[in-house]
Amino acid sequence: MRFNRHGVWAIYHFELARFRRTVWQSLMTPVITTSLYFIVFGAAIGSRMSEVNGVPYGAFIVPGLIMLSLFTESIFNASFGIYFPKFTGTIYEILSAPVSPAEIVLAYVGAAATKSMLIGSVILLTANFFVPVQILHPFWMVAFLILTAVTFSLFGFIIGVWAKGFEQLQVIPMLIVTPLTFLGGAFYSIDMLPPAWRTFSLFNPIVYLISGFRWSFYGESDVAIEVSLLATLGFFGLCLLVVGWIFKSGYRLKN
Amino acid sequence: MSAILSISGLTKTYASGLQALKKVDLEIRKGEIFALLGPNGAGKTTLISIVCGIVTASSGTVVADGHDIVRDYRDARMKIGLVPQELTTDTFETVWATVTLSRGLFGRAPNPALVEKVLRDLSLWDKRKDKIMTLSGGMKRRVMIAKALAHEPSILFLDEPTAGVDVELRRDMWAMVRRLRDEGVTVILTTHYIDEAEEMADRIGVIRKGELILVEEKATLMRKLGRKQMTLQLQEPMQAIPEGLSDWNLTLRDGGHGLEYSFDVHEEKSGIPELLRRMGELGIGFKDLNTEQSSLEDIFVSLVSTRTESAS
Ligand SMILES: Nc1ncnc2c1ncn2[C@@H]1O[C@H](COP(=O)(O)OP(=O)(O)O)[C@@H](O)[C@H]1O
Ligand SMILES: [Mg+2]
Repeated sequence: MRFNRHGVWAIYHFELARFRRTVWQSLMTPVITTSLYFIVFGAAIGSRMSEVNGVPYGAFIVPGLIMLSLFTESIFNASFGIYFPKFTGTIYEILSAPVSPAEIVLAYVGAAATKSMLIGSVILLTANFFVPVQILHPFWMVAFLILTAVTFSLFGFIIGVWAKGFEQLQVIPMLIVTPLTFLGGAFYSIDMLPPAWRTFSLFNPIVYLISGFRWSFYGESDVAIEVSLLATLGFFGLCLLVVGWIFKSGYRLKN
Repeated sequence: MSAILSISGLTKTYASGLQALKKVDLEIRKGEIFALLGPNGAGKTTLISIVCGIVTASSGTVVADGHDIVRDYRDARMKIGLVPQELTTDTFETVWATVTLSRGLFGRAPNPALVEKVLRDLSLWDKRKDKIMTLSGGMKRRVMIAKALAHEPSILFLDEPTAGVDVELRRDMWAMVRRLRDEGVTVILTTHYIDEAEEMADRIGVIRKGELILVEEKATLMRKLGRKQMTLQLQEPMQAIPEGLSDWNLTLRDGGHGLEYSFDVHEEKSGIPELLRRMGELGIGFKDLNTEQSSLEDIFVSLVSTRTESAS
């Protein structure tokens, strides 16, 4: 097995350079949005909300907020990262280079996941200024952070390969991921829902991701942590399979 | 000389059902400049794209410097550089960044000194910090060449390198190709500018409708197919070619003011002295005379059109 480390590094570095050039916009946006969330939900509404499972409401929403950003940023960065060279035609060079499909995925997904994890960390730091954030299981917190960033970057990569236009890059995040996140307990515990809705929510895969991540913070979860972990790994495996199939079939990349 | 690139039985049928290549066999020799000549849609880009790994062949094999391009794609591709036909660049990046990316992509360790040399050779050094979108079309093309050379390939493909390129760049490019050849790089270029093939190539292949219809040393090709025209400016215009001159291949030009004689340069006898003598006997005078060697362009046109006629 050979590994083109120079090639992977070159793509990774190149992708992150775009991020570095716009680092202030890239990092200020999450800082400002997070602050707004805490001003609205934390101070204005949160003060009238009771604690959720013994956690103050402001602190309770932190994992959900980070997850929401991880999802959207990972998908956006990875889908854009691979769609753009397809759109401009510069993909010819990647297709003609001695890099294997696995290396291409590693580089693009690695870069996208790095960016979204950076943004997730910035949100966490910002939140810390507003509310008392606790991390009971730091190992699992980091594990969920990485796994989620990588999984959604893979998902974004798939969308980027599939998309035929810039609108299509937006469709899935906007119509599926964001609604599922809001309905997936980012800002509430699904235990607070009426039983019928609660059962219904369990069909939402996002519930498992957020619940697991929140458990790593506060030791409280909507569903068992093992189930969360399995669901996250399952989604990760599914994305890997699809990416593998894309390269095997040359789907929308080669003639 | 040994072959650095062996293409055998290469066919490509696109998903649309169009057969772009039909069993192409071709050997490229190490260190030569090979021109692939053919009209638009002949399959030149398809052929190059398969060798470079951008398009998957329907059947056939390609071996580059001893490495099968599918089984042994890493070694094969490290040897190959490609300047594609279309100008596609990373608009928002700097020249330096995009050329450095190319070197890494092809598995080479960073080497700023080499990248500097490539950029200097292409007169891009002053532009290295500029974003590509601020460059002119000609400069962008230079950037694409720099990208293709950044990993020091031993086989370089130039797909219509001078289409829509100004005179200066064209001249620079030819100089660059010669320099590369002197360094031992094998260059394969496609073009439909015949003068380019004529000027640059050691060997020429002609492709038409996915078929390689001819591969020949340029010199041999010119000799084999070269014809000369002699045009006589007549003193008195003529309505028709007189009976007495029917032994020669003559055409009237210029409304009867010119008489053109076309002959093969390799015939034992050109037939010119006899023609002139006979004209004297018939009392046909002429004011002026000039001869012209047919260019590769004429060869190409005659070749392609003969094939078209025989096909239809
Ligand atoms: N991606 C594609 N899908 C379908 N047909 C294609 C594709 N690319 C090229 N062709 C067709 O294949 C033929 C050869 O094209 P090409 O290799 O680009 O020719 P050339 O480079 O000699 O102009 C043309 O008829 C062209 O329309
Ligand atoms: Mg072409």
